[in-house]
Amino acid sequence: MTRSRTLAATGLVAVMALTAAACGGKGGGTSTKGAGFNAAATKIINASDKKGGTLNLWTTSDADSWDPGRAYYASVWNMERFYARTLLAYDAKAGADGLKLVPDLASAQPQISSDGKTYTFKLRSGLKFEDGSPITSKDIKYGIERPFAQDVVNGGPTYLVNELDQGQKYPGPYKDKSPDKLGLKSVLTPDDSTIVFKLAKADSSFPYLLAMGSASPVPQKLDTGAQYGQKPVSSGPYKFQSYEPGKSVVLVRNSQWSQSTDPFRKALPDKVTLTITTNPDQMDANLLSGKADIDESQTGLSQNAQIKVLQDPKLKANTDDPYNGFIRYVSVVPKVAPFDNIHCRKAVLYAANTTDLQTARGGSVAGSTYGNMLPPNILGSDNYDPFNLTKGKAQVAQAKQELAACGKPNGFSTTIAVRNNKPKEVNSAVALQASLKAVGITANIDQYDGKLIASVIGSPSVVKNKGYGLVVMGWGADYPNGSGFLQPLVDGRFILQSGNNNFSEINDPQIKGWFDEAAGLTDPAAAAAIYQKINHKVIDGAYYLPIVADKALNYRNPRLTNVFVQEAFGEVDFQALGVSDGK
Amino acid sequence: MTAPLHDTAAAETALTDVAGPVKAIEGRSPGRIAWDRLKRDKVALAGGAIVLLLILAAIFAPVLTSLFGHPPDQFHPDQINPDLGVPKGAFGGMSWNYLLGVDPTFGRDVFSRVLYGARISLIVAFLSAAVSVSIGVLLGVAAGYFGGWIDAAISRVMDLLLAFPQLLFTIALVSVMPDSLLGLTGTGVRMAILIIVIGFFGWPYIGRIVRGQALSLREREFVEASKSLGAGSVHILLRELLPNLVAPVLVYTTLIIPTNILNEAALSFLGAGVKPPTPSWGQMLSDAVNIYQADPTYMVVPGLAIFITVLAFNLFGDGLRDALDPKGS
Repeated sequence: MTRSRTLAATGLVAVMALTAAACGGKGGGTSTKGAGFNAAATKIINASDKKGGTLNLWTTSDADSWDPGRAYYASVWNMERFYARTLLAYDAKAGADGLKLVPDLASAQPQISSDGKTYTFKLRSGLKFEDGSPITSKDIKYGIERPFAQDVVNGGPTYLVNELDQGQKYPGPYKDKSPDKLGLKSVLTPDDSTIVFKLAKADSSFPYLLAMGSASPVPQKLDTGAQYGQKPVSSGPYKFQSYEPGKSVVLVRNSQWSQSTDPFRKALPDKVTLTITTNPDQMDANLLSGKADIDESQTGLSQNAQIKVLQDPKLKANTDDPYNGFIRYVSVVPKVAPFDNIHCRKAVLYAANTTDLQTARGGSVAGSTYGNMLPPNILGSDNYDPFNLTKGKAQVAQAKQELAACGKPNGFSTTIAVRNNKPKEVNSAVALQASLKAVGITANIDQYDGKLIASVIGSPSVVKNKGYGLVVMGWGADYPNGSGFLQPLVDGRFILQSGNNNFSEINDPQIKGWFDEAAGLTDPAAAAAIYQKINHKVIDGAYYLPIVADKALNYRNPRLTNVFVQEAFGEVDFQALGVSDGK
Repeated sequence: MTAPLHDTAAAETALTDVAGPVKAIEGRSPGRIAWDRLKRDKVALAGGAIVLLLILAAIFAPVLTSLFGHPPDQFHPDQINPDLGVPKGAFGGMSWNYLLGVDPTFGRDVFSRVLYGARISLIVAFLSAAVSVSIGVLLGVAAGYFGGWIDAAISRVMDLLLAFPQLLFTIALVSVMPDSLLGLTGTGVRMAILIIVIGFFGWPYIGRIVRGQALSLREREFVEASKSLGAGSVHILLRELLPNLVAPVLVYTTLIIPTNILNEAALSFLGAGVKPPTPSWGQMLSDAVNIYQADPTYMVVPGLAIFITVLAFNLFGDGLRDALDPKGS
């Protein structure tokens, strides 16, 4: 279960972070009236069934891979909804309804055995790949098998690999000795329309793993191995017409897809283009002038364009500023003295001026001050705030009290570790440094190479040797439930020697027990109550100083129809979009 | 055949005629001549005055900021628009209270930060120049005077260093250097690295010039004379060659200081400079890039600081070169 989580941190965090490059925009607003600031965050705006036209997506970073088995960027998972269907998929609905999984390739929700270990799916009839061949349960199994070959299909999430291998050491289909290349024992395909998963132990998060692109069907005869990302075979309403790495992607209608087999996709535009540019300035200018419809990476406008948009009510009406599921935080590391003492940790939380920290990240547009470690888009999150972090003020008196209780009434010195390639995080470190200075804590800021996360802050021994008492970082879940977000951060079994994300090295038997208990439950609400308990316990222990629940201000072309934020991705649901002018 | 004789006589007469005023010139040392020439060069003097002012401003930065500004690391959130993160006032929030405005995001006093930034720039520039000059003179003289395999070895090392990707090397070095080194921590380590790296990669430039000078000087009569009187190498190097190298070395030093300032700014801009919150000009510029459309002042101020400093040093250095030029008027 560990490898994928590491990748989650590097992949998702990298793509969510705002670009630091210079940017701006020249174009004025278009004549069409905007739907209002943040309108798409909670509801569907410009609802329409009008087909036709071209959807022009832009981005400043190409996909890590278009192979659903190898992609880890949130925006690519979002794009996969165009061409890679899965047994279950997030519903095309605004708000919390979008977090629900609906049967996509499956004809209904799975039958789950009473012990929670066997999941049986029946497929819809009439499903076809873009070449006209039928999609069978064997194609789904083959798609799930591909990431087992980590020497060929790597980079994507490996949750399913860890969950389904069960000691078989299955090498992946390319080295599979069985003639049909379907040698994975934990997945059974009794007939072409039935697929059965046998788990080693109950896991209520399992359906979320089946909603990832790494569980989408791949036809064996068209699999090109490591090259598959050049032209993935479509099971959805659009197929790849062309892909020029670093330049563009063109998706066109897949005539083999039929509306009647699909629970939610409307497939409105005739064509979807993605233009990849290295110039954020140009992209923002095109967005504001209407040449580009929406930013595919959904990481928010650059600072220059953002200021321009916020000052112009007409432009602001075309923006959304949703929570993207990330929490920006500072880990307080008990392995580094004096943070072994809870009072010294609490002193940091009380001393923090959260308004300054929020301003350092870009103000209220970039995120809300937050009191705990479960983001708003995850079931079980609440307003728990024992340290009054959302009040936005440094609580110097309490901090000094805690310092005295810790035996360091005159403060102490420590080191803040921060990535050098994320200006907002460096600013956060500077703001925290100033807050701590006010109560007598001297913090030295160490900016490490941002490409070396896994081997610097991801290595507990480096953290200890360098005396990184405070680590500035951010985290977003791979799937929207409490274990997807919290487990890598607070479960002691997820502590790694490299690529660690549990910087505080929380290793509490009670927390571990609660995670296991939640995994055994099939009712999401009951599990959410347990994740809430875990979250509260972690915050009470002062292991984390949450800075903000992250937001990204994105611009949408007013001509777009059916715009809403898909909460599972924290991004606008691209597959639902249409264009009102038919161009 | 008589004409030349006549001419000489005429010249002699001419000399005797103007003997009076010539006497005043006779007493001037080369330093005095140079100083008189420099005094006449108004542009160089202006450059020198600005350099002097900058040095004084950097030395007295704490006094100046307490009189006219605020501590460089003090946040002033009240000066910042909380939604946009830019200064509330026009021109980057310039006012009598904040002479050069405040920086975006935190609202720190730009006047104070520019002054403290000058300290970093000047300390790094001067000390790295000192490193370059020491190594460059030592090895340059050795190469020029001794010649042979010593010259060959030193010259090849110089070629090697001149071809070295200094900027990339420094960025890589800074990221692998430990946080504390030889009793220094944080900003101290970074400054030491900057000084050593900029200084070390700067010496071949001065080394080449000194080598060339030494090469021509060692063939001169006074060196021959010294040798024939039995002087050793050390004596000749220190007493005969070095005094004659002072002028070119001095000129070159004033010209590499602005180069070093630019190098320091470039490295800070690229994130390899001193650590925040210690202010530096390059870092301010790099912050300003993200926000130049909404707050151009924040880009202009450190940019001007670098521009004026480098220009002043260059003008002063050029003037000095002209003044010390033996062929000059």
